[in-house]
Amino acid sequence: MRHVLLILVPVVATFAILPSVYSNHLLLFNFMIFIMLAQGVNVIYGFTGYLPFGYVGFFGAGAYGFSLMVIHLQAPPLLALPVGAGAAVVLGLFLTPLFRLSGAYFSIANLAAALAVLQVVSNPNLESITKGPYGISLSGVFNPTLAYGTALAVLAATLGLVIYLRNSRFGMALQAIREDPISAGMAGINVVRERIIAWLLSALIAGLAGGVFAWYVSVFYPETVFSGEFTIFAIVFALFGGNATVVGPILGVVILYGLYNAVGISTPQYFQLIYGALIMGLVLFLPNGLVSLLRRWGLNVP
Amino acid sequence: MLLYTLLAGLLFGLYFSLIGLGLNLVFGVMRIVNLAHGDFLMLGAFLAFWLFTLFAVNPISAIPIVFALFAVVGLPLYYLLVPRLLKARDPEMLSFILFFGLSQVIEAITTIAFGTSERSIPGVQLGIVIATVKGLFVGHKVDNGPIEIFGQTFPAAWVASGVVSGLAVLFVYLYLYRTRLGYLTRAVMVNREEAIATGINVHRVSAFAFGIGLGLAAVAGVFAPFMLGSITPAMGVEVTVTSFTVIVIGSLGNPLGTVLGGLVYGISYMFMQSYYSSWANLLPYLLLIAILLVRPSGLLGRQVRRA
Repeated sequence: MRHVLLILVPVVATFAILPSVYSNHLLLFNFMIFIMLAQGVNVIYGFTGYLPFGYVGFFGAGAYGFSLMVIHLQAPPLLALPVGAGAAVVLGLFLTPLFRLSGAYFSIANLAAALAVLQVVSNPNLESITKGPYGISLSGVFNPTLAYGTALAVLAATLGLVIYLRNSRFGMALQAIREDPISAGMAGINVVRERIIAWLLSALIAGLAGGVFAWYVSVFYPETVFSGEFTIFAIVFALFGGNATVVGPILGVVILYGLYNAVGISTPQYFQLIYGALIMGLVLFLPNGLVSLLRRWGLNVP
Repeated sequence: MLLYTLLAGLLFGLYFSLIGLGLNLVFGVMRIVNLAHGDFLMLGAFLAFWLFTLFAVNPISAIPIVFALFAVVGLPLYYLLVPRLLKARDPEMLSFILFFGLSQVIEAITTIAFGTSERSIPGVQLGIVIATVKGLFVGHKVDNGPIEIFGQTFPAAWVASGVVSGLAVLFVYLYLYRTRLGYLTRAVMVNREEAIATGINVHRVSAFAFGIGLGLAAVAGVFAPFMLGSITPAMGVEVTVTSFTVIVIGSLGNPLGTVLGGLVYGISYMFMQSYYSSWANLLPYLLLIAILLVRPSGLLGRQVRRA
């Protein structure tokens, strides 16, 4: 409960108030999307140790699930959103056999899966269903204010979920699985079931984020919502802040995505250089993220 | 058509083996994932391009220069990055992120230095070499046009890439099975802890493997303008995914399995291109997932799963 008051309420309140004083709403919206995605990566990588290198697949599935509902069934956005998220969860279910793989094998297979979904969605042969490579336009339901509000709600739910994981037996069980699946199994944890639940929750977050994103931007191409940059950014933000914590990914997004918007837009190569060097330095010298620095100073990081 | 597709697939397959070979050697020895592999290939391609443009060095003669340079760069780079990485809690996962950072740095520096325009080397350069070599055997001067194999004509560049890739595979085989260092390398691949216990200098062995891995990537880069299309600083990522597909099909951590992976990939790619082209791009990913699920250790691999 303390965490809800200290983290969830201030973060959500900040994003609720800022639009009235700061005019670049798209930027604020993107910050929210990346906090969701970084937390989604946190749920699966931070808590269970599986690195989802094709995480963007769920984001894209959410975006397309949402859009296809709106285009083909004229569904209202608030109904299309859960369906889009459902599409991401179904994709997650399809990919559960990948958990038979460990370590790098899992990450590579996940990456391949995301790219395969992109190839299917953007294939010109499926133009009548997915609009193929020509992109999607949702001008009929365009409503940035409502979409922003919905994103706030999704953000609150995401943070709530991570706070729950951080403080519950379920979250502890996941971390036990990450450290040693065999010992965790011996301790009475249903390894397979708990891991899959975490995986589907993570897919759900990305699916919701994708759906809201599609709604808010309303015009996009397959490459936009399946761009590997979403995966990479989300992973790096989460890792930079510190995995398996609530504040870590938020810190990572605020600092790194802020830096990206300060330097990256005007001179992308120099940003890429700084970014790459930062990532390398991070892995070599601070593999447990910024929060490990705070912990070293004796602070208890939620 | 069928014969043509099969032979073209073989040539491309050999080349794809070369692309994956270095990556697999590095993974096999160090259990780290070099996500910057494609970027080293890109750097090799640029080096070959500049050697050709500035000094008129033929791509074939550029191979030893490119290989030596990258192998020498690889040694200090290994000591700079890997020993520190291996001390972390989960080096295999963190290596993903570390080498992604490295790939970003390489791509950014290359973009700043050369810009984003596309470059290529005329394919006739490889034709000249083949014609000269053939001329030595036949005894008279040979035309340097396309080359005929079993009645099918192929661009000379494809044949040259295939032949050099085959030679590179042979080189790695000889290194692993006929030299002392290669013997130690295989010991580290089989069991790292026992290798340390028997007094093998694991870091030295790994550094050499890392250097050779980068050198092989760069050599594959020399042929990139002919086999993969024009070269740009951003080409690395796609190449990295392709090389992953190749080595996963073959089997991760078994350098010679890469050849099988490359051939399977090359031939199926050519067949998809000829008979079902709009879905050809989907093939590597489906193949990758299918192989991972049916035989996670790859076609030639041993059992690798731990939990």
